[in-house]
Amino acid sequence: MSKPREVLLDPLIDNNPIGLQVLGICSALAVTTKLETAVVMSVAVLFVLAGSCTAVSLLRHHIPSSVRIVTQLTIIASLVMIADQVLRAYVYEISLQLSVFVGLIITNCIIMGRCEAFAMQNRPWLSFLDAVGNAAGYALVLILVAAFRELFGTGKLLNMTVLPTVSEGGWYVPNGLMVLAPAAFILIGCFIWVVRILRPEQVEEELHVGALLEPGYEGDLR
Amino acid sequence: MEHDARYTVAFTALLCVVCSALVSAVAVGLRERQEENRQLDRMKNVLAVSGLVEPGERQERAEIQRRFAEGLEPRVVNLATGAFVEDVDPLAYDQRKAAADPDTSRPAPKNPARVRRLPEHAVIYLLRREGRVEGIILPVEGMGLWSTLYGFLALEADARTIRGLTFYEHGETAGLGGEVDNPRWKALWAGRLAFGDDWRPRITVEKGRAGTAEADPYGVDGLSGATLTSNGVTHLLHFWLGDHGFGPYLAAYRQGGGGQAPGSERRRDR
Repeated sequence: MSKPREVLLDPLIDNNPIGLQVLGICSALAVTTKLETAVVMSVAVLFVLAGSCTAVSLLRHHIPSSVRIVTQLTIIASLVMIADQVLRAYVYEISLQLSVFVGLIITNCIIMGRCEAFAMQNRPWLSFLDAVGNAAGYALVLILVAAFRELFGTGKLLNMTVLPTVSEGGWYVPNGLMVLAPAAFILIGCFIWVVRILRPEQVEEELHVGALLEPGYEGDLR
Repeated sequence: MEHDARYTVAFTALLCVVCSALVSAVAVGLRERQEENRQLDRMKNVLAVSGLVEPGERQERAEIQRRFAEGLEPRVVNLATGAFVEDVDPLAYDQRKAAADPDTSRPAPKNPARVRRLPEHAVIYLLRREGRVEGIILPVEGMGLWSTLYGFLALEADARTIRGLTFYEHGETAGLGGEVDNPRWKALWAGRLAFGDDWRPRITVEKGRAGTAEADPYGVDGLSGATLTSNGVTHLLHFWLGDHGFGPYLAAYRQGGGGQAPGSERRRDR
C-alpha cells in the first residue's frame, strides 16, 4: 500500500469508504436529494480531507501522541469552518440547502479515519493522494446516488428537466420515495451489491449466530 | 511520539492560535460578500411574497436588484408612532441587530409570539405600480415550536386582504412544522382577511382544514402534526399586526398617510 497509484485509485472501487468501510453514511443520506448539493458537498469534503491529511502528515513527527486526536480534530474543524464560510460567500443558495451538513463534515468518520490511519504514518504527498482518492470514492457514491434520486424523484438533473413530469404537463410520474431518506439507503445498498458482484473478495465471511462463541473461530471480526 | 507536558501544552496552544487566526482571516475577508448575499436573499423573499417573482424561479443578481428597485420601495417606520423615518437608510438597516441593541430597542410587552425585544424602527416595503401603492410587505417574526420564524407578510393596498406570507428562516421539524415553507400551504393565504371589521387582527391558523377564502376569510388550514408551529404563526401575525407591531403604521396608512398619498413621497429627497 505504498505506491502512489494504488493509494490514489484503490479507494474508488476496491476500498471505497462508503461501499466497503460503510463510513460517512449520514451525510450521504442527507445531501443526495439533488445532484447540485451532492457535488458541492463532495468538493467541500475533498477540500477538508486533502487539507487535513496533508497538515496532519506534515506535523506527524511533532504531534504529541497524548493529544493527537484533539490535534486532528482542531485541524479538521478549522478547515470545515473555512469551507463553510467560503460556501456562504460564493454559493449562498446551495449553502442554505446544505445547512448544518457542512458543519457536520467534522463528524464524517472518513476524515478522521484517514488522518489517524494513514496520514499519521505516511509522507505528505502520499497522504494527500490517499485523501484525494478517498474523497473521490465518497464523491463517486454521493453523485451516483444523487443522480438517481434527482432524476427519478423529480424528473430533473442539475435542475434541468430530463423527464417531463405530469405536474408540468409531461408524462413522468415522479417516484416520491426517491426524495425521502430511505431511498438513499436502498441505492447505497444496491451500489454495495453491484460492487460485490464485480469484486467477490469484498464479501464478508458469512456468520451464523453464535459463531463468535464457538471455540476456534478465526473469521474476520471486522 | 513521547513528549513532556510542557511541549504538549505549547504545541496545543500554538495550534489553536494558528487555526483561529486562519478561520478569523477567512471569516473577516468574506464578510462583505456574505452580507451582500444575505441582502440579496432578503430582496428575493420580498419579491416572492409580493408576487414579482414566481416561487422557485431563479434569477440573476442583477435581475433581482432591477425588479426590486423597480417595484418595491423600502421605507423605515417608527413602530411606536407609525410614522416614516427619513434619516435611516432602509437598505443598510439591520432590524435584528437593532432589536438586540438596548440603545435602539426596548423590551417587548409579554406576548404569546414570544417576541422579546422591539426595535425602534422596522423596514417595510411598499409595492408600487405607476406611483400607486398595490401592496404592503411587513417583516414578521415569532416563536414556533423550536425556533424563531422569520418571514414576510404581504397585504393588498386595502391593508386588510392578505397577498401572501412567506418564511425565509426557521428551524422547525422538517415535514411537520417545517411545512411553513411549503408552497402549497403558503398559497392558501392569498385573498384571506388579516383584520376583522373592527380592524383587530383576526386571521387564525385553524386546527384541521379551513374553508375557501370566500367561505372562511379569517381561517387557514393548520399544519398537520404541528399544532404548536401553527399557533406560533397565528400569534406572531397577531402581534405584528397589533398595537405593538405595525398597528400604528397601518392605522396611519388607512387614513391616507403611510406612503399612500402621493404627496407624502415628495419629502423623500435623499
